[in-house]
Amino acid sequence: MLDMTPVETIERQALRINPAKTCQPIGALYAALGIHRCLPHSHGSQGCCSYHRSHLTRHFKEPIMASTSSFTEGAAVFGGAANLRQALKNIFHIYNPDVVAVHTTCLSETIGDDIPSIVKAARDEGIIPEGKHVIHANTPSYVGSHVTGFANMARAMAELFAQRNGGAKDQINVVPGFVEPSDMREIKRILFEMGVKAVVFPDTSDVLDAPQTGRHAFYPKGGVTVDSLISTGDSRMTFSLGPYASEEAGKILRTRFEIPNKVLDLPVGIGATDRFIEAVMGVTGTEPPEAMMDDRGRLVDMMTDNQQYFYGKRAAVFGDPDHVVSMTEFLRDLGMQPVYVVTGTPGRRFETAVKGILAQAVPDAKVKAFSDLFELHQWIKKEPVDLLVGNTYGKFIARAEDIPFVRFGFPILDRVGHGYFPCVGYRGGMRLVEKILGVLQDREDRDSPDHSIELVM
Amino acid sequence: MRKVAIYGKGGIGKSTTTQNTVAGLVEMGKKVMIVGCDPKADSTRLILGGLAQKSVLDTLREEGEDVDLEDVMKTGFGGCSCVESGGPEPGVGCAGRGIITSINLLESLGAYDESRQLDYAFYDVLGDVVCGGFAMPIREGKAQEIYIVVSGEMMAMYAANNISKGIKKFAESGGVRLGGLICNSRNVDNEEALIKVFAEELGTQMIYFLPRDNMVQKAEINRKTVIEYDPTHPQAQHYRNLARNIDENKMFVVPQPMKQERLEELLMAYGLFA
Repeated sequence: MLDMTPVETIERQALRINPAKTCQPIGALYAALGIHRCLPHSHGSQGCCSYHRSHLTRHFKEPIMASTSSFTEGAAVFGGAANLRQALKNIFHIYNPDVVAVHTTCLSETIGDDIPSIVKAARDEGIIPEGKHVIHANTPSYVGSHVTGFANMARAMAELFAQRNGGAKDQINVVPGFVEPSDMREIKRILFEMGVKAVVFPDTSDVLDAPQTGRHAFYPKGGVTVDSLISTGDSRMTFSLGPYASEEAGKILRTRFEIPNKVLDLPVGIGATDRFIEAVMGVTGTEPPEAMMDDRGRLVDMMTDNQQYFYGKRAAVFGDPDHVVSMTEFLRDLGMQPVYVVTGTPGRRFETAVKGILAQAVPDAKVKAFSDLFELHQWIKKEPVDLLVGNTYGKFIARAEDIPFVRFGFPILDRVGHGYFPCVGYRGGMRLVEKILGVLQDREDRDSPDHSIELVM
Repeated sequence: MRKVAIYGKGGIGKSTTTQNTVAGLVEMGKKVMIVGCDPKADSTRLILGGLAQKSVLDTLREEGEDVDLEDVMKTGFGGCSCVESGGPEPGVGCAGRGIITSINLLESLGAYDESRQLDYAFYDVLGDVVCGGFAMPIREGKAQEIYIVVSGEMMAMYAANNISKGIKKFAESGGVRLGGLICNSRNVDNEEALIKVFAEELGTQMIYFLPRDNMVQKAEINRKTVIEYDPTHPQAQHYRNLARNIDENKMFVVPQPMKQERLEELLMAYGLFA
C-alpha cells in the first residue's frame, strides 16, 4: 500500500501526508467522558461529532455518547446560539446528565460563537436546571492536535469547577494525561498503594472499560465526580503527567489558588515511573510499600534478562508527544537506539526533550515535531530500523518495510488490550517489555535458518 | 447579462448611487436585478419604496431550505427586481458566510437564468472586502465588472486602493475587471482633478463625477430615487448620464493598486493642499 513512498525527501511546508495527529475535539470529547455523568457536546455540524464518536468507538470498542449542536447553513451565518440553547434544553430533558461539556469545532470557532455568554444566558433563563453544570473548552482544530483538545478540556475542568472552600485538604490533584482507562486505573492504584488521597481528573476508568453486565448504562459508574472536581481548589498540589496533555490544567490551579504544580513525564518506562514515584514520596514523606518495589524489581529483572535482544537495535517511535518522549527514554534504557522520533503535534518542547534524552546514546537521532508518517517512512526507507513503535497507522509502514511493530498510543483501531492493560507504572513497563520482546523474537524465529533456530530464547 | 459589483468605503453612498443609477438604466428600458450584499439589508430601499424586503437568509432561517425565488425577490421601480442577502445581527455569526450562502442559493434558484432575460445584475457590497465572503460577488463566474464609489477624501481613496488589490487578485485567476471609479462628490477642493489622476494611476477611468446635491437626501427620506422623486431635477440627469456611461463603457482593466506612499504623494500634489 505504501510501496511507492519515495526515498528522497523534499522540504515541505504546506503539506502533511498521513499526519501523526487528529483534531482537538477528539481529545476534548475523550477528556469529558472522564467526568462522572457527563455528556460531551460538540458545538458545530453533525459530521464533526460523528467522526469523533466513531473514531473513539473504534479505539475503545465501546459506545461513545456525545451530542451536537447540528449546525446548518443558517447557524453558520447567524451564529450557533439558538442551536446550543435548543441542544441544552433537549439534553437536560432527555438525557439528564450532571454535566454537559461543550467543545467547539472549526466552524463555530471561525464564526466566533461566544460560548460563555450563550451558556450564561441559558442559565439565566432556566434552561440549565439547578444543580447541573455546563462547562466549555475552545477547541479549534487548526491549532495544535487532539492532545491540545484534551489539555483544553482538562483545563476547563480546573477552571470552571475548582473552588477554594477553606483550608488545604490532605489530597493532591493528578492530571493523568491522554492515556487509556487502564492507565488511569493503574495511576489511581499506585497512588492508593502509596497511601495518597488524590483526585485524578479526567478519569475514564469504569467509563470506557466498564464491565459487561448485560445491562446498558448510559452513564457508567466511573468518572471524576463534580464534588471531587470542586475540591481540587483545596488540594495541596497538582501533578501534571505529560506536559502537552496535562500542564494547562495544573497551571490554571496554580494561577487561581497558588497550588504548586509539578509537571512530570508520563510515567511510561522505568525512569519516568521512578520520577513519578519519587514525586509522590515527596508528598507522603514515606517509602513506597514493598509490593511496589517488588514490581520495580521484576521490571528490572525482565530488562536485564533480555538485554541481548534489545541492545543496539534501531527503533523508530511516533505518536503523541507525551507518550513518545517517555517511550523514547524507555527504549534507550532498554539499550535500544531510537533513531527516528516523530510527533504530529506542533511544539518545540518535544524536540528539546527527546534530544536531551538521546544526547549521549543516539546523538544523531532524527527528531521532529509537527511531522508526519510520510516523512518517517522516507527516513526508514533511507536507513531501516529494527522496530517501529506507534499507533495503528504505523501498520502500513511496518508492512511496506517488513518491520516488527508494537502498537502504542492513540489510536489503536485494530487490536484489543490497550484499554484493559496499562502501559504506565512498573507493571505497564513489564507489559511493554513483553510486547517489544515478543515482536523482536518472533522476527528472529521467522528469519533464522533451520540450522540456527533457537528452542530456548 | 452584465454582472456588475459596486464596492467602496462604508458610508460613501454605494447603495444610493447604485439604486439611482439602476433607476437610470430601467428608464432606458434595461431589465435589472439588484442583489444587496449587506447584512443591514438596505440596498434596495429606494427602488422598493421602503424596507419591504424579506432577506434571503431570513427566509432560509425561517422556512428552511425549501425556498422559492418569489419568496425572496420583490419587484420595484421600473420593473427592477430586488434581492437582499441579509445577515446576522452585529457581533454574532458570520456575515461573510451569509453572502456566500445567499449568492449560491440565488444561483440554484435560477435568479440569473437566461430565461429571465436580465440585462444587468448589480451587487451592492458592504464596505471593505474584509474576508472571503465579501469577495464572493467577484469570484469566478459572478460579477465581471466592478465600479468603486469614491470621493476626494483620503480614507475613501485609501479604501478604493485596497479594494483594487482584491480585484487584482481575483482578476489574475478569473475574468473580473475594474470598469472605473464613480466619484460621489464630498465637495473636497480640486476633487474632480484628484480622482481623475487617481483613476489614471490605478490604470482605470473616472466614469462619472456626481456633484453633491441635497436633492439626493430629500429623495432618500421619501424612500425614492431622485429619478423617481423628481425626474426633471438636474441631479436626476447626472444619474442618467452615469447610467449611460456604464451602459456604453468599454474600458475594463486589471487595476494596478499603488503603495501607500504614492497615494499620499498624489494627495499632496493634487489634493487639498495643492
